[in-house]
Amino acid sequence: MRPLAARRVSQGFFLALFAWLCLVSSPGDAFWQLGTWPVTWLLQLDPLVALSTALARGALEPGLLWSLAVVALTLLLGRAFCGWICPLGTLNHLIGRLGQWGTSLSARRAQSRPHRAQGLAMAALLLQLGAAAGAGLAASGAWLRGHPLLALALLLPLLAVAGHGIRSSEPRARPARALGLGLGLALLVLAALPGARGLLQASMALGLLDPLPLLHRSAHTVLLPLADRGVSFLWPFPRQHLLAPVTALILATVLLANLWRPRAFCRFLCPLGALLGLLGRAAPWRIAKRQAGCSDCGRCEATCPSAAQPSGSFRQPSCVLCLSCTDACPDGLLAVAPHRSAAGEDDEPDLSRRNTALALAAGVAIVPCMRLTHGLGDRLSPGLVRPPGAVPELDFLARCIACGQCMRVCPTGIIQPAGFAGGLETSWTPRLDMRIGTSGCQPSCTACGEVCPTGAIQPLSVDEKLGQGASAQAGPTRVGTAFVDRGRCLPWAMGRPCIVCQEVCPTSPKAIQLERVVQGLPDGAELTLERPRVDPQACTGCGICENACPVAGEAAVRVDSAGESRHPDRALALDAQDPTR
Amino acid sequence: MPSHDDAPTLHDPQRRDFLRRLARASGGIALAGLGGALLVGSPGWGGAEREGELRCFDFGRPEAGRRLGIGQGPDRAASLDAALTALGGLSAFVGPGDVVLLKVNAGFATPPELGATTHPALLGALARRCFEAGAAEVLVTDNPVADPMGCFQTSGIQAAAEDAGATLLLPGPGSFTPITLPEGRLLRAWPVLTEPLDRATRLISVCPLKHHYLAGATMGLKNAYGLLGGTRGVFHQDVHTIITELSRLVRPTLSVLDATWAMVRNGPTGGSRSDLEDRGFMAVGSDPVAVDAFGASLLGLKPGDLPYLLRAATAGAGGADWRDLVSATPGSAR
Repeated sequence: MRPLAARRVSQGFFLALFAWLCLVSSPGDAFWQLGTWPVTWLLQLDPLVALSTALARGALEPGLLWSLAVVALTLLLGRAFCGWICPLGTLNHLIGRLGQWGTSLSARRAQSRPHRAQGLAMAALLLQLGAAAGAGLAASGAWLRGHPLLALALLLPLLAVAGHGIRSSEPRARPARALGLGLGLALLVLAALPGARGLLQASMALGLLDPLPLLHRSAHTVLLPLADRGVSFLWPFPRQHLLAPVTALILATVLLANLWRPRAFCRFLCPLGALLGLLGRAAPWRIAKRQAGCSDCGRCEATCPSAAQPSGSFRQPSCVLCLSCTDACPDGLLAVAPHRSAAGEDDEPDLSRRNTALALAAGVAIVPCMRLTHGLGDRLSPGLVRPPGAVPELDFLARCIACGQCMRVCPTGIIQPAGFAGGLETSWTPRLDMRIGTSGCQPSCTACGEVCPTGAIQPLSVDEKLGQGASAQAGPTRVGTAFVDRGRCLPWAMGRPCIVCQEVCPTSPKAIQLERVVQGLPDGAELTLERPRVDPQACTGCGICENACPVAGEAAVRVDSAGESRHPDRALALDAQDPTR
Repeated sequence: MPSHDDAPTLHDPQRRDFLRRLARASGGIALAGLGGALLVGSPGWGGAEREGELRCFDFGRPEAGRRLGIGQGPDRAASLDAALTALGGLSAFVGPGDVVLLKVNAGFATPPELGATTHPALLGALARRCFEAGAAEVLVTDNPVADPMGCFQTSGIQAAAEDAGATLLLPGPGSFTPITLPEGRLLRAWPVLTEPLDRATRLISVCPLKHHYLAGATMGLKNAYGLLGGTRGVFHQDVHTIITELSRLVRPTLSVLDATWAMVRNGPTGGSRSDLEDRGFMAVGSDPVAVDAFGASLLGLKPGDLPYLLRAATAGAGGADWRDLVSATPGSAR
């Protein structure tokens, strides 16, 4: 098999694997269902998911150790992941090739020239890492404040070395280096202030461009719901997802951009590609030209989808090792080799030093700005009902990559992109919308926690969810509390019997209790009504009542996040608090 | 991978370059593995989880004994002095070098004449007496129900504190620490205003006598509610338990109860002079339960009418037998 064919087989395999793992993301034990397939595996391979969540949390979810395999591959072979494995890369590659079908060699060559805007990918990476770094900066600052002498002993020599470095560098490079040092020092001082923990925080909200979460999100909330409507065996009910048109527009833009430049997303925007490019800069094996000169036929340049300049000064951080160039060279001058190209290499980074420092600092600064809009503590947005097993909100926002796995796997379809329910930051993070799905959160279902790659939603046992067995002491997992709207409720406001909510309430004893009242009617007759009342100690916020409420439009019983059990600040009923806490 | 003809005949510089890069890649892999292994077991940056520190704040002076002094008159500074004299002087409780924290009731942004907050004249007089007794510093704090800055300004407390040379400590997000009361049921990992408490060596509760719809009356014991942060309103579901737990969590050196004018209805906010009645008493005691029991009597309540009072006494915060203390206290006016 030719090396190029091997690459295509690998791409086909991983694209098919991705499609299969998405298809089987439905709860159940059948062979085409969740129970038997590692549906989070491709997300766990993503080193950027691992790096940014580890930076944000100061800890790593064990499943993300899979990404170390990709790190090792990249350190040895450069961005082979992009060229051989990444399913979005494969789609981009394919569409780019289709777009180039029948175009002239010179046109293709022009598309493959390095472009100024390529630095955006690095900027995207740095923004994402900067936004994830806040909490770690604050923690480091607190440590420095606690050990002022040690901090001085560490910082003064560092400053001296950095200052010397700036003075001895060539004059043109000095302003950028001084800017970087200045911004770094400013951040450090900020982090060492007593209030830093409230200011510098971590968020994954700038990680929406990470290709694997982006592709999963698009598949789960756009492509598969579209397929559901045509091929109903995938899912018996059509799915709705908030923001789906926006998600579709983003995916379409990413895919269609390949007609302008092949692998346009990979070259211009992909933060993971930028990270792997950094990791693979010194890879021992890389594309190399055997001799400096050649006939300059340009076939390798025209076929290169990543503007890596295989015939000239080779740009290793751009190369995705797709082997198109080695296959295209009529003289066999290009190959994967343990030495550098005889025609030289171009080590110039895509992003200037000045912009590198600015992008990182901007990433750090964006998080506190986003958090000016909404409260995260005891005044959390009421509409932000998170899935059962969700960690406390501050930690949640440091973990959730908005991959949409939980949204697809939810059997009732209530897990939805939150939109602006918690400010700009929550956009594609999951929120329970009890009215959209086919029912509320099913008592014995724990699917969403099973498929979360970052532990933003912790896997729960059924006992932990229901507060029974070994978890009886801790009580049930609450996502919120149901509130009866007495102005809309039929028995309360309109004198009509109903109590659907009480009937469907799944807790035992029922969290919706009834008060019997006898009402006198104008004609002298008497009407006996039963009116629903919520016991906050029994209610878990499952929302089955809200889903079933027959009042059209806004339901007359609605769940909000008050009383959710993931943080003591959110407690509602005093006796419902965990007595062991 | 295509095999390369040149590979076996790498020149020396090329070989060195390759080996160097291979070493870097291997080092990188080892480093990533080590980092991953360390991070998987790491507790993280912290700050997200809340764990309560197990502690109490005992500022009591048991060696000074249980004492109660009661003063009378329309002028708060004068009746305070009378009460202090009856108590046997402040020196048994505040000495040279002490940092005295005055826990006022600044709950609402209402002017002093409405009697919903600690009266500025009383606060000023008390702060001056503390300085005269040798206090190095007098701090004033509360976590009001309404906006803190508005409360401290409108109630006149801020101006009075500044005039007397005391330091006002406004509660901020960093002023609270999660605290768990040993064997507490409600106070578990709950944010408590520890910043001023940790700076102080003496704590004096100073508040007006008021009617309170839910608790019956709000006096010195209930005044400690203002040391809680968070959504403390949830504790209203079991107000007598929370006040009892607060009496175990915080024991003041002295409790000053201002009954010059008592709010007898529409409490704890009041809002009208007609909610106040002239009582003309000022009580200072080292037993917060006894001080409150005296206050309850001024509202026409027996200790049994206030469940928290008896429960605090049972929990060891003091005794409701205020009459015995008045006769036992040296120099008592009554």
